[in-house]
Amino acid sequence: MAELTNPVPDAALRLPMQRVDHPSAPSRAGMMQFKQASVLPGFNLALGYTVVYLSLIVLLPLSALVLKTTSLSWSAFWQVVTADQVMAAYRLTFGASLLAAVINLFAGLLVAWVLVRYEFVGKRLIDALVDLPFALPTAVAGIALTTLYAPNGLIGEWLVPLGIQVAFKPLGIVVALTFIGLPFVVRTVQPVLQDLEAELEEAAACLGASRWQTFRKVIFPATVPALLTGFTLAFARAVGEYGSVIFIAGNIPFESEIVPLLIIGKLEQYDYAGATAIATVMLVISFGLIFLINLIQWWHTRRHGMRK
Amino acid sequence: MLLATATVQRSAATREPTWLRWLLIGGALAFLGFFLVLPLLSVFAEALRKGWALYWQALVEPDALSALRLTLLVTAVALPLNLVFGVAAAWAIAKFDFKGKSLLITLIDLPFSVSPVVAGLVYVLLFGAQGWFGPWLMAHDIKIIFAIPGIVLATVFITFPFIARELIPLMEAQGTEEEQAAMVLGASGWQMFWRVTLPNIKWGLLYGVILCNARAMGEFGAVSVVSGHIRGLTNTTPLHVEILYNEYNFVAAFACASILALLALLTLAAKTWVEWQAERQRALDARMAMDE
Amino acid sequence: MTRFTRLIVAAFVTSASCAALAGPELLNVSYDVMRDFYKDLNPAFVKAYRAKMGEDVVVQQSHGGSGKQARAVIDGLEADVITMNMPPDIDALYDKAKLVPENWAARLPNDSLPFTSLQVLIVRKGNPKQIKDWSDLIKPDVQVVMPNPKVTGNGRYSYLAAWGYALKQPGGSEQKAREFVAAILKNVPVLDSGGRAATTTFMQRGIGDVLLTFENEAEMIAREFGHGGFEVIYPSLSVRAEPPVTLVDKVVDKKGTRKQAEEYLKFLWTPAAQEIAAQNYLRPQDPTVARKYASQFPAVKLFTVEEVFGGWRKAQKTHFDDGGSFDQVYARK
Repeated sequence: MAELTNPVPDAALRLPMQRVDHPSAPSRAGMMQFKQASVLPGFNLALGYTVVYLSLIVLLPLSALVLKTTSLSWSAFWQVVTADQVMAAYRLTFGASLLAAVINLFAGLLVAWVLVRYEFVGKRLIDALVDLPFALPTAVAGIALTTLYAPNGLIGEWLVPLGIQVAFKPLGIVVALTFIGLPFVVRTVQPVLQDLEAELEEAAACLGASRWQTFRKVIFPATVPALLTGFTLAFARAVGEYGSVIFIAGNIPFESEIVPLLIIGKLEQYDYAGATAIATVMLVISFGLIFLINLIQWWHTRRHGMRK
Repeated sequence: MLLATATVQRSAATREPTWLRWLLIGGALAFLGFFLVLPLLSVFAEALRKGWALYWQALVEPDALSALRLTLLVTAVALPLNLVFGVAAAWAIAKFDFKGKSLLITLIDLPFSVSPVVAGLVYVLLFGAQGWFGPWLMAHDIKIIFAIPGIVLATVFITFPFIARELIPLMEAQGTEEEQAAMVLGASGWQMFWRVTLPNIKWGLLYGVILCNARAMGEFGAVSVVSGHIRGLTNTTPLHVEILYNEYNFVAAFACASILALLALLTLAAKTWVEWQAERQRALDARMAMDE
Repeated sequence: MTRFTRLIVAAFVTSASCAALAGPELLNVSYDVMRDFYKDLNPAFVKAYRAKMGEDVVVQQSHGGSGKQARAVIDGLEADVITMNMPPDIDALYDKAKLVPENWAARLPNDSLPFTSLQVLIVRKGNPKQIKDWSDLIKPDVQVVMPNPKVTGNGRYSYLAAWGYALKQPGGSEQKAREFVAAILKNVPVLDSGGRAATTTFMQRGIGDVLLTFENEAEMIAREFGHGGFEVIYPSLSVRAEPPVTLVDKVVDKKGTRKQAEEYLKFLWTPAAQEIAAQNYLRPQDPTVARKYASQFPAVKLFTVEEVFGGWRKAQKTHFDDGGSFDQVYARK
């Protein structure tokens, strides 16, 4: 995901001859100003298909969601999405997601570092396992984590004497969301650490930098964009999570009730408009987050491109 | 995301002291142990709590089998759909420059962070009896939600970005020179695609397919909303797990869950193999380039 | 590729042909905890129907949270019969989509309730906290596990039972009842999203001193976890749980299955079906069967939602809709 390099070269500039061979090229370039000319075929087909498919599978259903919300007046909408209980749920959902993403930021960097730099028994296996949260059904993950972290569970019973209760508390939500977001930071940082040239570190060492200084001044800055991307991905994924959280959270209003559960609660009252109102708010936030990721990647690409 | 796991040989100056190295390895393993390995093991431990005989019995139970069949069927339909889309989207986005590109990419990514509950809900709003197309569908006796098409749609939605996401950076990195050369040499569009582009992206494509596959088999929330939960007909394995769990049939629930976990592990094994192949290919290419 | 395509087509055909198995087919959309009952009942019905009408019939089951299932039917899940855990879930079928007539409950005996149940208190073996009645639930050292009243019928029954109990105590008032229920909710560490999830939290995770659930659930718990771990406490007063059934007119008329669906529902009131209900610890309506199984159903003073709350619609609106008494309890914290 992070292996972005030079932007697409301007094909027309490189192969001016092609324009003569392909009489359709200049006219198309003139017709569709939003696209730079290229000799490669299939743009219209590929983009057309992409847009149609995207519209059918994603945009049409999501617009149904937004339109359903418009059955509420603006003030009613505002009242629904800013009710105390809903605000508490936003705080919890975003707070727990943020905390989980921060844990994953550090743990993910550590895991990626260990996997790239060191040799130890079972490394391949561990490397493969990192993607597990991605593939395991979330409900199963939720049940398994609850089994472990409940006060009478394998891990929970060690934590209770310390006064820490995980399952059925907000902390449980953080555990579930950490599990869900685990692959993202690891998988975005791994290739960057891999590609980091050894010469840079050697040069730093030659110039008298300590290992810690090298890490802080050379290695860490190079991984920042990937870390940010992974962090935001983990965060975005956590915000919408339902299946695993529902088992491990206590679901107590104002304490451990996440936003998706509130949406379900609205549906139980057949309040579709209210449910879609909250869903729309979550959608807009998701869109913002993903847009942010793409900006980070774009910024990364430019930097990367300029360095070369 | 394709990467070589081989460690680079480093000089002493750029290596950490042994104690630190083991501390870091220990920290990473402890984290993964608590958050990954133990949950996975607990699934199998619960499944086998009452012995292999009961475990096996839970797996060959007709409802469990039909749920597994449905899960595989839905995955088999959803995957090619997103595959074709992924290639088309990556082609348009990576090989051409046009306005609104980052908006398009953002929209493609959107399903990734939409709550599964909402993902299911939108299809109900669209195809449900009270939805936009509901009355028309009813009149023509076409079933979408609470039937297999609805489950497929929800799965397609959830796994929408994965293949495109995997291909876009890869194809951007490869640039367009090879394709342009093929065109100059007189290849047709399809010839260029099959002979030049596809071989170049095949490992990335396969990796995307594997991720998409893993996610498709495990999806619970969105499918739960549109399935209708008809036992033996519209229950996928993740839904069947929930049902068994709610029947207090924990052994069977975890047995079915363990099958999903096994499928996930198989998928991950396939992924490792793909990475290994890609690595070998790269090494081979590099050697050939040097020979020239 | 062609082999692959053929495989998919074959899979589709098999799943379609499974659906099109012999004779007319009924879909019974039900809620979570009724699974065991209908697992026993459906084969008995199929047999009785064949004997009576000389025709084969297939009964498909769908189970899930009660409200969620009702919503699925409203949104187009083609249920011939719907068997829910409280009347509002069927009222919604009329309100939202006119799938049933408004007076659906009058179409079958006993207000369309083939059996009833009630809310009980389940405590740990030996009753270490000496919990005897609802009033013990507000003690500060008692932890109460119940499903979420906002999203489950089971939770709503428990909530209304406690409210009704407080109301009927000497000097009881709306205000007292509100405070009483708030005090219980203060002792609730987990509000699970389903009745069965609450049981799991109580039995498997060892959370809480008392679990609030249906009487018939106690037997299901015993079947999985054994009788050894818990005791059932009957409170001095409880609410009658009213799981109604009805046929979905719009669907049966479209599918042409009205005859079969009517027979299916009527069958629920036959002695054979009432026996199956009793064996699943659902209190039968048939007096003969009730007498036969009297020993397993202790006499408990019960009130109905109609009596105390003026009907389900009112109860739902006052207590469980957004801004209702349940939300107020938490909002005031």
